[in-house]
Amino acid sequence: MSDRIREKLQILADAAKYDVSCSSSGSDRKNKDKGLGDASRAGICHSYTEDGRCVSLLKILFSNVCIFDCAYCVSRRSNDVKRAAFTVQEVVDLTINFYRRNYIEGLFLSSGIFKSADYTMERMLQVAKKLRLEENFNGYIHLKTIPGASPELIHEAGLYADRMSINLEMPTEVGLKAFAPEKSHQEVQKDLGLVRDRLIQLKDERQIIKHVPKYVPAGQTTQMVVGAHQETDQDVLFMADRHYKEFKLKRVYFSGYIPINTENNYLPAVGSAPPLLRENRLYQSDWLMRFYGFQVNEIVNERFPHLDLDVDPKLSWALRHPEQFPVDLNRADYHMILRVPGIGVKSAKKIVQARRFGKIHVDLLKQLGVAYSRAQYFIRCEDSPRFQKELSSSFIRQQILTQGSSKYIKPLSPQLSLGF
Amino acid sequence: MSNEQLSYYFDGSMAGLLSCVFRAFQFKEFQVQLGLLDGAQHGLFSEVIEVPSHEQYAQRVWSALQKKLSPAALKQIYFASLSESLEAYQHLFNYCIYVFQQPHSIEKDYLHPSVLAISQWTKKVGREKHRMEAFVRFKKTTDGLFLSLVRPDFNVLPLIQPHFKRRYQDQRWLIYDEQRNYGLYYDLQQIHEVCMDAYEMDCNLQKGGSQSFQLELDEQEVLYDQLWKDYFQSINIKERQNIKLHVQYLPKRYWRYLNEKLI
Repeated sequence: MSDRIREKLQILADAAKYDVSCSSSGSDRKNKDKGLGDASRAGICHSYTEDGRCVSLLKILFSNVCIFDCAYCVSRRSNDVKRAAFTVQEVVDLTINFYRRNYIEGLFLSSGIFKSADYTMERMLQVAKKLRLEENFNGYIHLKTIPGASPELIHEAGLYADRMSINLEMPTEVGLKAFAPEKSHQEVQKDLGLVRDRLIQLKDERQIIKHVPKYVPAGQTTQMVVGAHQETDQDVLFMADRHYKEFKLKRVYFSGYIPINTENNYLPAVGSAPPLLRENRLYQSDWLMRFYGFQVNEIVNERFPHLDLDVDPKLSWALRHPEQFPVDLNRADYHMILRVPGIGVKSAKKIVQARRFGKIHVDLLKQLGVAYSRAQYFIRCEDSPRFQKELSSSFIRQQILTQGSSKYIKPLSPQLSLGF
Repeated sequence: MSNEQLSYYFDGSMAGLLSCVFRAFQFKEFQVQLGLLDGAQHGLFSEVIEVPSHEQYAQRVWSALQKKLSPAALKQIYFASLSESLEAYQHLFNYCIYVFQQPHSIEKDYLHPSVLAISQWTKKVGREKHRMEAFVRFKKTTDGLFLSLVRPDFNVLPLIQPHFKRRYQDQRWLIYDEQRNYGLYYDLQQIHEVCMDAYEMDCNLQKGGSQSFQLELDEQEVLYDQLWKDYFQSINIKERQNIKLHVQYLPKRYWRYLNEKLI
């Protein structure tokens, strides 16, 4: 008995690991009637695997049997892997028992599509319902929306899930058609729209009716695989930006493609390194859009369709816009301070607060944890020399590249760097 | 004034610290070096004053702080004090002096070394609080108690208490700080502070482990412990191996109570 459940867990966790969404944040669900669990607004990472990724939820597939044949997916129909499926009770028991031991924040349930989209979605819904209604479980539940499931099922799932997600998979429609002919962006967008509209509707009702049910309180997310097709970073980021705006997504995840298919000659070969550096630069750009007030076309555009792998996108923007610098930290607007390479949200806030009490000197920046080695080229403090030689962008770039040691070891970079 | 450095020695408690602040204003002594009463080194050229912990004085200082500071700043003081670090105590002392000497709010005056230091200590203690909420691992005993031994860098048990109380309301649990030798026990009704012998609870404590409880475990404990370890291995993507990052997020000193990291 225990051997069988161990094997199932190994198969179905292994198959779920390529979905990079891990967060357990954003929900305000409270423990009720002395039940089990509550949601922590900021989310909690309970462990980290050796690849440095956070473990927050029990992330598993309900089943890895799938009627689809998406070339990039390990569970595709034509792939010769061990297949397994949980029972509803097994998933419930695992979730509850892991949660009680403080291993996890909750459950992230996805699935291969077996029989039909509705049949699959219904099984997943049963798990969520059982956890909420029979076990009085108030921890986090992230449900994957199964593409093509009926609106009724999707709406009902939203009553029990904290977060729902459905993956765009490929950043371009061409890419998706090439590798997953059974899927389309349109269908994904239809499902994202269903939940978004329901959220808006309930928000309106809340103003009139006091008791409106909780509905996907942590919102929706999606994921795109990068590096499998020939998409540009512009394709990826414009796609992300559009979905943030149009579907009010909480997060867009990027997953560097890990080659797992030996038969498809159009996909990167098995054994070739996943584009980790590019993935990192995409996330940095995503942060700039969400927390630093950058517009997507400031980061990538027709002239610069690809992110610079050698320097981060914020530095890259600053180097392209010497006319915006130097920024006088004693006078500049908060939003402009936020744009200085090496200064983060917290330090920018502290600078603005502290300068009401006196002048900002270089020493303070170092104490605040500003990356001064990068910031120094773009700022003026009280003790900066009055007249400074203007440095060219290419010189600054060179200076930073030679003195700095990237967190990402160079061999990880799949592209040769051209030191402009 | 002579060059002699004035020192206050106190018992390391919050009440003791606030008593020091009280004395500072009583005698107009604002340039003071703090020390701890237990066996700390007395400076050669310093005048040493032992400041006893005085509940009423402490209460008066605290009430005065409550009038001058926002709830967020009071929380910072509380967090920083749980660091149990003399350096933090010194900053707290200087911070309090500064608060009372200035007519306006100085909470955000990061140009002042102690204001900045308190915000940094708060961050450190807050991080440890968050880690404990993440890294506590319960084992279930035969009589249904969920037990965990921990060894946090700072005294964060009082900070994590509300989190665990909200979350685990239908199971009895005990989180025990093996170093500070006290624990929080929830009996399905309320939380009690308990003192036990940690070395008796876990025979491997001395060797640096804290997962070999002497208590008899629930029959399913072995299974779920194993399933969690299996899960932890299964979700790792070998192509993305990054041990440096792994250890940065999961510092080795915490491995002793993470069952998935137990070899």
